[in-house]
Amino acid sequence: MTPFDVNDNQCFHCLLDVPNFADFKVTIEGKPRKMCCLGCVAVAEMILASGLDNYYKHRNIDDQKAGSLSRDRAAIIPDELALYNTDNIQQQFVTLNPDGIKEATLVIEGITCAACVWLLEKHLGKQQGIIKFSLNMTNHRARISWDNDKIQLSAILAQIHYIGYQGHPYRADVEEQLLAKEHKKAMRRLGIAGVGMMQVTTLAIALYFGHFSGIENSTEQWLRWISLIICTPILFYSAQPFFKAAIRDIKTLQLSMDVPVSIAIGGAFIASAWATITHQGEIYFDSVSMFTFFLLFGRFLEMQARHRTGRAGNALQNLLPEACTRLTTDENGKINEQLIPASELNVGDIILIKPGHTLPADGIIISGYSSIDESALTGEYLPKRRNCDDNVIAGTLNVENPIQVKVTSVGDQTQLSAIVRLLERASEGKPKVAILADKVASYFVACVLISAVIVSISWWYIDPSQAFWITLSVLVVTCPCALSLATPTALTTATGTLRQSGLLITRSHVLENLASATDFVFDKTGTLTQGNLSIEQTIATDSEQQALEIAAALEANSEHPIAKAFKHYLKESASDIEITLGQGIQGSVNGVIYRIGKPAFSSQILTTPLTKSALNPATNIDSPATSSAVNTDSPPDVGHWILLCNDQQVIAWFLITDSLRVDSVHCIQQLKSMGFNVHMLTGDSSSNVQEVAQQLAIEHISSGASPEDKINYINQLRHDNANVVMIGDGINDLPVLAGAQTSIAMGSASDLAKTHADAVLTSSELKVISDAVVLARKTKKIIKQNIFWAFSYNMLALPLAAFGLIPPYAAAIGMSLSSLIVVTNALRLAKSSTNTKSIAVKAAAHSSNQHVIN
Amino acid sequence: MEILPFLLAISVFFFFGAIAFFFWSVNNGQYDDLESPAHKILFEDDEDLVPDDVKKHHSKS
Repeated sequence: MTPFDVNDNQCFHCLLDVPNFADFKVTIEGKPRKMCCLGCVAVAEMILASGLDNYYKHRNIDDQKAGSLSRDRAAIIPDELALYNTDNIQQQFVTLNPDGIKEATLVIEGITCAACVWLLEKHLGKQQGIIKFSLNMTNHRARISWDNDKIQLSAILAQIHYIGYQGHPYRADVEEQLLAKEHKKAMRRLGIAGVGMMQVTTLAIALYFGHFSGIENSTEQWLRWISLIICTPILFYSAQPFFKAAIRDIKTLQLSMDVPVSIAIGGAFIASAWATITHQGEIYFDSVSMFTFFLLFGRFLEMQARHRTGRAGNALQNLLPEACTRLTTDENGKINEQLIPASELNVGDIILIKPGHTLPADGIIISGYSSIDESALTGEYLPKRRNCDDNVIAGTLNVENPIQVKVTSVGDQTQLSAIVRLLERASEGKPKVAILADKVASYFVACVLISAVIVSISWWYIDPSQAFWITLSVLVVTCPCALSLATPTALTTATGTLRQSGLLITRSHVLENLASATDFVFDKTGTLTQGNLSIEQTIATDSEQQALEIAAALEANSEHPIAKAFKHYLKESASDIEITLGQGIQGSVNGVIYRIGKPAFSSQILTTPLTKSALNPATNIDSPATSSAVNTDSPPDVGHWILLCNDQQVIAWFLITDSLRVDSVHCIQQLKSMGFNVHMLTGDSSSNVQEVAQQLAIEHISSGASPEDKINYINQLRHDNANVVMIGDGINDLPVLAGAQTSIAMGSASDLAKTHADAVLTSSELKVISDAVVLARKTKKIIKQNIFWAFSYNMLALPLAAFGLIPPYAAAIGMSLSSLIVVTNALRLAKSSTNTKSIAVKAAAHSSNQHVIN
Repeated sequence: MEILPFLLAISVFFFFGAIAFFFWSVNNGQYDDLESPAHKILFEDDEDLVPDDVKKHHSKS
């Protein structure tokens, strides 16, 4: 797809669907392009004004979702950003160079492809005072240095915001620094093994030729010595992890694949070194280095996939604000506002939370009332009303009014931290799935070791001079190369295939578990549904569009999530706004006073009051029709209806829902037809739950569930011998995600959820999950074939070697051939039918779009 | 063939040189971002560097 192939009904900037009535256009590359909302228009115009229209050329349309201003919860709040300018907050993450240049690392949210990196680097590079801005696409971190006299940090963050991204200060925690260290170490190990392998193999080829065509003894010795020198760092540095793991396993008496691998590598190296020093026997340096390299490479790929999800880091901290306003009373009884870092809060402090700000700690409201968005913790999609003396929780968002909160617990004591602790506990109890190869390996190793001992003792009596070499050839020929490559190669290939189709697997047991799963448990909000509110249905007296525009004008003044559903229609502006908390909004548009909100609230201004039954269009089908003389087919299902009216008449009814993802129905159907039990778990307790369950035909539902309830639900399932796959996205899903045998986090999930999940759905299509199950089953089959082949090769070779019938070069050839067959077999997973099918479908959809355009 | 031992010794020297260089580059962060450089090379943001006559020629063809 070229970057300009945007569908007719798609927003050119963010690629979401453009609602019918939205009429926003921006001219890009000489053509007017449709936009879905003012937020996208603002960002697109900002990009054009900076002369960065190449962004639209560079972007990768298949996996790109550009940021838009008003969609983000933190729609430009300059005074919140200004917090970052104060010194005592900056000292936590900014370093000041002697020449007055400041440096910091930021985490940027919203990066989807390389064009984002380009856009950010170009745009910020142009700002006066920014000396350097470089962005790492892998971990989404930006190194930035700036001249504080010319530009403030808040201005930099605002600029990032203007082009549709969000920046947070980044502070590496200990765990993350360890990860980075581990990653670099693994890379150095791989580098030595790779370079050394090439060198040693070159020398080995010379030696092989020497065998056949004759070679001077001194030259041969020289070649062997050099092979030994180069192979030494490979053994002692690169292969270290195998030895360490093997020693650990022997101590705990669990034979894993690392034990035979270590014995093979170590044994072959010692024998070869001995052969080099004593000038007799064969050398296997090439096998040692090649084997080490291939195994390290497989593990490196696996590790990279695991680290990829934990990229943003500081996941928990990003949920909490950096700073907050503390209220203190001085001697004269005057109240002072003081801006302090959130980490300095104490129990008993009184803090002021403005609308749009996130709570930094748990507390009790002591003054004011507001509605609080707790969706991050409970999954409930509508904000809850909180009055004086009500408890509020850290990490939730204050939506409507300023409130004063007395802090009751901070830091580790907050409910948010409790959830994280719950998560850690659940992860510990996670069943360790023994990989099939490891099970086979432990028997195999024992078998090989015992026969090696028997062989050496027997040959000691038959011919002591040959005992050492024959024992060695037993160990080498049974070197479990093929056996130990059997599983990782298949897993790596399948993981790569799934990554392309949109499922990123981060733990190796996922594929095996998917193949044997019995139950799929879905979270509702944000997983089966889109996670944001939209207008499902409009019943208008006159023009539907006019009604929507009036509603949008009124709702533009509210931060309530319902208001966001209307933003596509924003054209006019309203004045004399009065917001009644939890009820609705009153305001005048073009001189007429309107009310929008709960039916009971809006209808108060009607001169001819609605009949009581008419207050809910859902319970009384005729009501909208009778009260406003509109001929409509009101929907039979229950929903969240809001009413727009002026003092004369009802203007319109709107049904607001959290709509389903496009392919939810398809995915659930497919999973059911494959014989899985499908469950829905949700913290939401509204009527919306039943509605969603009905639409998707899910029978097993648990609504209004707390994180603890969810874990119990999963444990109950596991108690009944179910193999559970959990798919979710919120913070509240975290403990459940950890408790299920396999957890899949949505791509839009919080970083914390993604870091702890076994797999991340990077595609927005749920159907990838059912495809993954098919591929997982195939992978299991191929692993079994591989193990069978490798095992039977080794079983055949062992007695031959024990009788001294296998010359060293035949052993080497046999070893490579068996490995090659295993790898080729595994590669069949790369051309899996699911993958090609989905590509074919994409291509077909693409070409049909083309026809429409042409 | 007297040169052979000497050349082989040099190759060992190069091997350790290459390893040292590789260690330096890993520790220096050269491998931290393996994704964006591959894309950056395709970004046509160097139009101001292209001489005008070349541009004209290009637009004709």
